[in-house]
Amino acid sequence: MAGADGDDSLYPIAVLIDELRNEDVQLRLNSIKKLSTIALALGVERTRTELLPFLTDTIYDEDEVLLALAEQLGNFTMLVGGPEYVHCLLPPLESLATVEETVVRDKAVESLRKISQEHSPVDLEVHFEPLVKRLASGDWFTSRTSACGLFSVCYPRVSSTVKAEIRQHFRTLCSDDTPMVRRAAASKLGEFAKVLELEYVKTDIIPLFTALASDEQDSVRLLAVEACVSIATLLPQEDLETLVMPTLRQAAEDKSWRVRYMVADKFSELQKAVGPEITKNDLVPAFQNLLKDCEAEVRAAAANKVKEFCENLPEDNREQIIMSHILPCVKELVSDTNQHVKSALASVIMGLSTILGKDNTIEHLLPLFLTQLKDECPEVRLNIISNLDCVNEVIGIRQLSQSLLPAIVELAEDAKWRVRLAIIEYMPLLAGQLGVEFFDEKLNTLCMAWLIDHVYAIREAATSNLTKLVEKFGAEWAQNTIVPKVLGMANDPNYLHRMTTLFCINALSEACGQEITTKQMLPVVLKMSNDQVANVRFNVAKSLQKIGPVLGSNALQTEVKPVLEKLASDSDMDVKYFAQEAISVLDGNFSLQMVQPAFLLLQIFLRNVRSVETPDPVDEAYFVPSPDQTCRFFNVLQNSCQNQPLAEYIGKWGLPVVFFQLAFYPLLIHKDLVWLAAPEEMKVRMLWSVLTSEEHAEQNRIRLLTPALTLTAAGM
Amino acid sequence: MQCGISAGKGIQLEGPGGDMQWCFSQVKGAIDDDVAEADIISTVEFNHTGELLATGDKGGRVVIFQQEVENKNLPQFRSEYNVYSTFQSHEPEFDYLKSLEIEEKINKIRWLPQKNAAQFLLSTNDKTIKLWKISERDKRPEGYNLKEEDGRYRDRNTITALRVPVLIPMDLMVEASPRRVFANAHTYHINSVSVNSDNETYLSADDLRVNLWNLEITDRSFNIVDIKPANMEELTEVITAAEFHPHQCNTFVYSSSKGTIRLCDMRVSALCDKHSKLFEEPENPSNRSFFSEIISSISDVKFSHNGRYMMTRDYLSVKIWDLNMENRPVETYQVHEYLRSKLCSLYENDCIFDKFECCWNGNDSVVMTGSYNNFFRMFDRGQRRDATLEASRENSKPLQVLKPRKVCTGGKRKKDEISVDSLDFNKKILHTAWHPQDNIIAVATINNLYIFQDKVN
Repeated sequence: MAGADGDDSLYPIAVLIDELRNEDVQLRLNSIKKLSTIALALGVERTRTELLPFLTDTIYDEDEVLLALAEQLGNFTMLVGGPEYVHCLLPPLESLATVEETVVRDKAVESLRKISQEHSPVDLEVHFEPLVKRLASGDWFTSRTSACGLFSVCYPRVSSTVKAEIRQHFRTLCSDDTPMVRRAAASKLGEFAKVLELEYVKTDIIPLFTALASDEQDSVRLLAVEACVSIATLLPQEDLETLVMPTLRQAAEDKSWRVRYMVADKFSELQKAVGPEITKNDLVPAFQNLLKDCEAEVRAAAANKVKEFCENLPEDNREQIIMSHILPCVKELVSDTNQHVKSALASVIMGLSTILGKDNTIEHLLPLFLTQLKDECPEVRLNIISNLDCVNEVIGIRQLSQSLLPAIVELAEDAKWRVRLAIIEYMPLLAGQLGVEFFDEKLNTLCMAWLIDHVYAIREAATSNLTKLVEKFGAEWAQNTIVPKVLGMANDPNYLHRMTTLFCINALSEACGQEITTKQMLPVVLKMSNDQVANVRFNVAKSLQKIGPVLGSNALQTEVKPVLEKLASDSDMDVKYFAQEAISVLDGNFSLQMVQPAFLLLQIFLRNVRSVETPDPVDEAYFVPSPDQTCRFFNVLQNSCQNQPLAEYIGKWGLPVVFFQLAFYPLLIHKDLVWLAAPEEMKVRMLWSVLTSEEHAEQNRIRLLTPALTLTAAGM
Repeated sequence: MQCGISAGKGIQLEGPGGDMQWCFSQVKGAIDDDVAEADIISTVEFNHTGELLATGDKGGRVVIFQQEVENKNLPQFRSEYNVYSTFQSHEPEFDYLKSLEIEEKINKIRWLPQKNAAQFLLSTNDKTIKLWKISERDKRPEGYNLKEEDGRYRDRNTITALRVPVLIPMDLMVEASPRRVFANAHTYHINSVSVNSDNETYLSADDLRVNLWNLEITDRSFNIVDIKPANMEELTEVITAAEFHPHQCNTFVYSSSKGTIRLCDMRVSALCDKHSKLFEEPENPSNRSFFSEIISSISDVKFSHNGRYMMTRDYLSVKIWDLNMENRPVETYQVHEYLRSKLCSLYENDCIFDKFECCWNGNDSVVMTGSYNNFFRMFDRGQRRDATLEASRENSKPLQVLKPRKVCTGGKRKKDEISVDSLDFNKKILHTAWHPQDNIIAVATINNLYIFQDKVN
């Protein structure tokens, strides 16, 4: 790419390189994100010998720049010359793996893991493994924590001597002085165990696991619980009892609630990992204890797992275990002092009914559901209501409906609007479960009342709720029950309520179909165009635009058009604007909304490109759009111009064609990336538009076309 | 050996640590007597190696001093501290919602254990805690494509090849950059910050609450202690200080204005409203007075480095508590018992509300705290000796040995003694710090920082 005298194509790259050290973080970030473009321009040799050494020492930068750099380097293998040279990427990633910011280190480790796969086995031992060792024996804990994540990727691919060293390093880090490192080791223990030979799992990992699980810091111990899951899956069943269970038992009774919380949180995974026998003998009592734990956080975590735990119990005596061991604890939780515990339970308790069957549900669970439905905390009630479908399948909802209704009504009138919002969201579900008669009789009034709630969010949710109900119960039902009420609000003295009518019509027109919309709704909308409040009038315009597609073309021409034209000459600016927009959309030419983004983009492109043209560009925010930005731009453009030739389309919108060519210029910077990725049709259009325009200078055309044509000739 | 002599009777001894003598090393800050409000030192803190020493002041600035590499030619000048970095940590702010001015004064500085080549510290004013990174830079990039090093632009037509910048050495530059801002979690004034030994979390305490933060998360903190009564009229005590245990990541203590210390175990419960231990000494009825409650208020609490003891400072004394014994302190040292008769005037001039801090030496054998008249006190725990020393300009010749001072408590005043009435209560030493290993101490008077070291024999 480089080479020719004063080559214009070098210029953007030169800017990018210079901006690697710009004072503005955003510009540096931009440059770093286009590092592949720079590397491509430099070629593999210079990337290795100049760019990477520079980047290795750039670790003073802001986190976001470093994060982007760490990410870029993970995809750099081809840009340094392929797998043969991939080890050149290690030094910059090594320094990034020692910075203080966790997200950056993690990203650097992720990239290191990625490129480790691209190392040949020899390179892995010669270059990668020494790096891991250096990090593992680094002075600062940041480097040692990073090392923890790298053992498992190189272990499977190195010789047995090196393997022994790696195991030794891991052992050392597990007993590091700083809890940070021990935590990192503990969290990678399971992953490391997976790549180890089984004999070493027993001789190496188990002692480490036991040690970490009894670490003096609870923040370390709780991570050992996670490792417990993966270790247990690796070991044969007969070893679990002696090697894993003592530690697990200890963790379930740990002094620290955070460790017990972790056990509760991972209970389903643990249950699967240790198998049915140990579950029966050990985990059931442990689970009971967690459900009765003195710390509410632990109880809540355990309560969350009740359903999953019961589901995964061995089927032969599942019912017996639940009935005699779990259910008594659940009963206590229903009247727990802490509302988080109760609401955690309420979110899963209904699931037990499918496991226990109809009779048990009616006898044992139903009373619990009913208690929770009357709970003082709205979240508990909501959680019960949101899971009604499980019960419906087993015993039918009728059993509950007596208690359900007061609970729903109470939530529907709750003083907190978020609670009201939550119950609205369950209305379609409830309607489906309860059936249309019950709904009409008991709940319909509620749904209507929400439409005139004093909180907008509730009115909005109530509107979309109506749509879902109509989808469920059909247009006929809508016509009889909802539409009259909605339309009645059009005469409400409160303009907010009048607007709600319009919002409902917007939402309902499609579900109700052409006939209802034209015959019942449209007259109301048209009438409202004379409303004295401008907000209502421009919403009329918006509504007409919205329901236009549902209406027949006859109604459009004879009824809608005149009204919109009247509104288009309204005294209010907003009304005018929306009316004009509605007219142009309904005319079906092209959507202004679709064109606007293209316009905007063009302007942005234009501004940026212009800065290239000015003699003193460096201080201006020179901006090269990324390949996908450019692609997006053309997609927008293509969408909005539909099937017209591009130049014609642009001309129609009064945009000098040369502007478009300027917008085209940054594309050429990414010619190799974008041009090749662009759809065939788009390429033709782009070229065509450049060729057919007559207004711009010859040299411009040549500059723009040469690289594209060269590429076209070479690549297509 | 002076065994058997109870401490606090004002008996003047050779100095703590047997024959250890303290000598002047350095003084920092302006010499003139006019004290600008912004220059008043509000906190002093060594980092974990003792290589750096940070001070905060009322003007919201943090000044960091670095210990020079030892000078081989002059062994008696052990490693001076010189300014390493100065930065504005906090600015004055105004809370428009509450119509409250928020001072920029740095209430506390805490260093984080070192995690890489850079250093990190937490600094706080009344409301906002900030995490600062102090890092060195000794290389700078060189080489532009489009301009010369001096900023002149090149003609773009002359660009025939791309140039990648290279890094070249430059003079060492120390940068302080704010990494995290932990705001909006305290309704009352923050009095303490303490980093947990898990290196992941820290606590911050205000008058009524203690919050637990993750060092990497700024938008969320957990309230672990809340002593705010439902009705503020029932308020009887406030939290005065809080600190994490140096090794047990689950243990922290907080002290109250009533003179009690509560130890909480975070393992027991997520909310630590219920303490696991309450350290409280029954009041001596004979000393009961109007001021009893005020002077029993604890102004500072510090765990010993080994984690076995903690030290509390109230207005007149320093107490050492064994964590295993709640009903009374194992040691009590009187700092300035002679002021007991003057409490009335100290109340009138507000001195009685001064918050003196205290600190341990590296091996927990000596404790130090400040007093009035620019005096500071040291108590040698093993030998039961104590010393009163003075930080003053008069004693500031290099390596000059500090003479023990003595306050005369009634009766005839001997030579070299100072009478209680002539003490200057405007000169007070509230903040002191002891190097974590060596016998180097930093003592802050109103606007000067004195550094003393033991005399090398």
